[in-house]
Amino acid sequence: MTGTVTILGARSDIAMACAHAFAAQGWRVTLAARNAATLDKAARDLELRHGGTVTTRDFDALDIEGHEDFVAGADLPDVVICAVGLLGDQTTDEGDTDAAARVIRTNFEGPALALAAYANAMEARGTGVIVGISSVAGDRGRATNYIYGSAKAGFTAFLSGLRNRLAKKGVHVVTVKPGFVATQMTAHLDLPEKLTADPAEVGRAVMKAVERRQDVIYVRAVWRVIMGIIRAIPERVFKKLTI
Amino acid sequence: MKRDVSGWGRFPKLRAEVIRPRDEPTLRQRITQGPVIARGNGRSYGDSAAQPLGTLDMRGFDHLLDFDPATGVLTAEAGVMLGDVIAAFLPRGWFPPVTPGTKFVTLGGMIAADVHGKNHRRDGSFGRHVEWVEVMGPDGTVRRASARDNSDLFATTLGGMGLTGVILRCAIRLMPVQSGWIRQETRVAPDLAAAMEVFEAAQTQYSVAWFDCMGRGAALGRSLVMLGDHADPADLPADRRTQPFDIPRKRPRRVPFDAPGFALNRYTIRAFNAAYHAAGTRRAGPALIDWDSYFYPLDAVLDWNRIYGRRGFAQYQVVLPLASAHTGLAELLTAISDAGQGSFLAVLKRLGPQDSPMSFPMEGYTLALDFPASRAALALLDRLDAITLAHGGRYYLAKDARVSADTLRRADPRVAEFRQMRRDAGLATAFSSAQSERLGL
Repeated sequence: MTGTVTILGARSDIAMACAHAFAAQGWRVTLAARNAATLDKAARDLELRHGGTVTTRDFDALDIEGHEDFVAGADLPDVVICAVGLLGDQTTDEGDTDAAARVIRTNFEGPALALAAYANAMEARGTGVIVGISSVAGDRGRATNYIYGSAKAGFTAFLSGLRNRLAKKGVHVVTVKPGFVATQMTAHLDLPEKLTADPAEVGRAVMKAVERRQDVIYVRAVWRVIMGIIRAIPERVFKKLTI
Repeated sequence: MKRDVSGWGRFPKLRAEVIRPRDEPTLRQRITQGPVIARGNGRSYGDSAAQPLGTLDMRGFDHLLDFDPATGVLTAEAGVMLGDVIAAFLPRGWFPPVTPGTKFVTLGGMIAADVHGKNHRRDGSFGRHVEWVEVMGPDGTVRRASARDNSDLFATTLGGMGLTGVILRCAIRLMPVQSGWIRQETRVAPDLAAAMEVFEAAQTQYSVAWFDCMGRGAALGRSLVMLGDHADPADLPADRRTQPFDIPRKRPRRVPFDAPGFALNRYTIRAFNAAYHAAGTRRAGPALIDWDSYFYPLDAVLDWNRIYGRRGFAQYQVVLPLASAHTGLAELLTAISDAGQGSFLAVLKRLGPQDSPMSFPMEGYTLALDFPASRAALALLDRLDAITLAHGGRYYLAKDARVSADTLRRADPRVAEFRQMRRDAGLATAFSSAQSERLGL
């Protein structure tokens, strides 16, 4: 299958990996992010590698009043992928309300409301696939990243509800929980090799999830096990752990 | 962040601060802080692309920038992978004009090592097909260098192992091809002289010999010489002619763990070499091979460097001038055979003339052998150095992990000038690798 895909938050490595995975299969790609002019190089690279034309659009996830206009401002794509996200710094964010609010808004409010606008348009059309890049960090709040994690938890719940609402309306919703990925967002972290995916792996997994109409995917299967265990630990024990 | 860094040979292993810049300001800021070396995909074998104080992982610069279908000139960032170039442009009828034995190299790395392929005699090294490079210097300014502008910088950057600055972008001329297939002809050569005769008479674009380095006496240098040309659609079976660039998909295999040290000994190597030679002899004659199998047979086995075990391996690649090639090669092979230290992969190629400030090739024969990085093998390599020096041989820095500064200086008179240039231009303190420090470059 092939069609059109719009990628929100296109500057991230995961977003670009999705763009490559879809473009390689002949999909028409639209990249959307703030300062769209700075996406030109990436767009040209996609065109040179895979052929076809790539469009760029200005998109600000935090401009929630603008989301409906953004959706209406171009042909509705077959697939929309939201890769907007901000890791933040847990320690800083604990003492800085503005910074914490930015993390929560960028990981939850912005992505959820942008996809809400797409959901309404796709529901009206009766077809479409919505992909939200969430995180395993949302599976359980931990001391080391609960601000980011709680926002992702909200996003995961939002996607779950959206999927439930649209299941009979011809619109499919995919929740992606990548686990560790070697990206610029995590470049400063020393991640364990076996648990860490390449962005390209995420791109291929998203492509597959869209083709097979999967609901919730962990990019590396081991993460489903790890998070299953982490979720199963009783709170009484969990609260004393350092993980 | 501090990481373990080594080359493809996994010897030596270093602890290095690795930075992965993604834009010029970040790169500039790091360069002006002192000694750095650029690293591509880490496929040089030794310590060329490692600097404990600052190793710049350039794979963040991986955009294709432009392509002119009229001329085949591709403009790209230095971190672009050769395999990606092939994936993008072979379907449109273009192929790299020169390629090393793996497609998992970056364009920047290919330029820094000025790589050669199986067609050096006919097409020269990769540098001959580079229109220009853009290099960030010690003060962070970017200069474009070509045969016309900044020609000294251009010449020394080709083969300069990243020691003239950080290669950011380049324009390279791709070569038009009619298919993704190679017409190969394998000739069996009973000894070294016969192999060299095949090379000298070869009219094909590509030629390479694999030889059995356990062969002794009359069988010294017995080899399979593989000649090749790009195939036309007319050469292909009827069902492939309409899709001449499509080749069968292969699933790469992977070496899942480090082989234990005892797995590699003179008996297993002898058995492997004998089996390979026998198989090659049976298949001698013409054949049609897809580009991936022809140019990159080892890429089909991911992490093949692990067969040499945890301690890693060293590759020994030198070129001997034409006049002394036969004598010198025979002496090298005898010394190896006597030591019982054979190599799985022993490759011989004919190089054409080349005149450059630091590039490896010169007219003659180049020999490449892998050895486990054991004490016995490293001692053998020191003995091979004496033979190489006696016959006017030269070292390929992209493969080197262990040559001494003194040996290099005696083997390659160009080194002194390169070293002086680096000091005069203020490059020596800004750009250095573990290799350049070992070799006093």
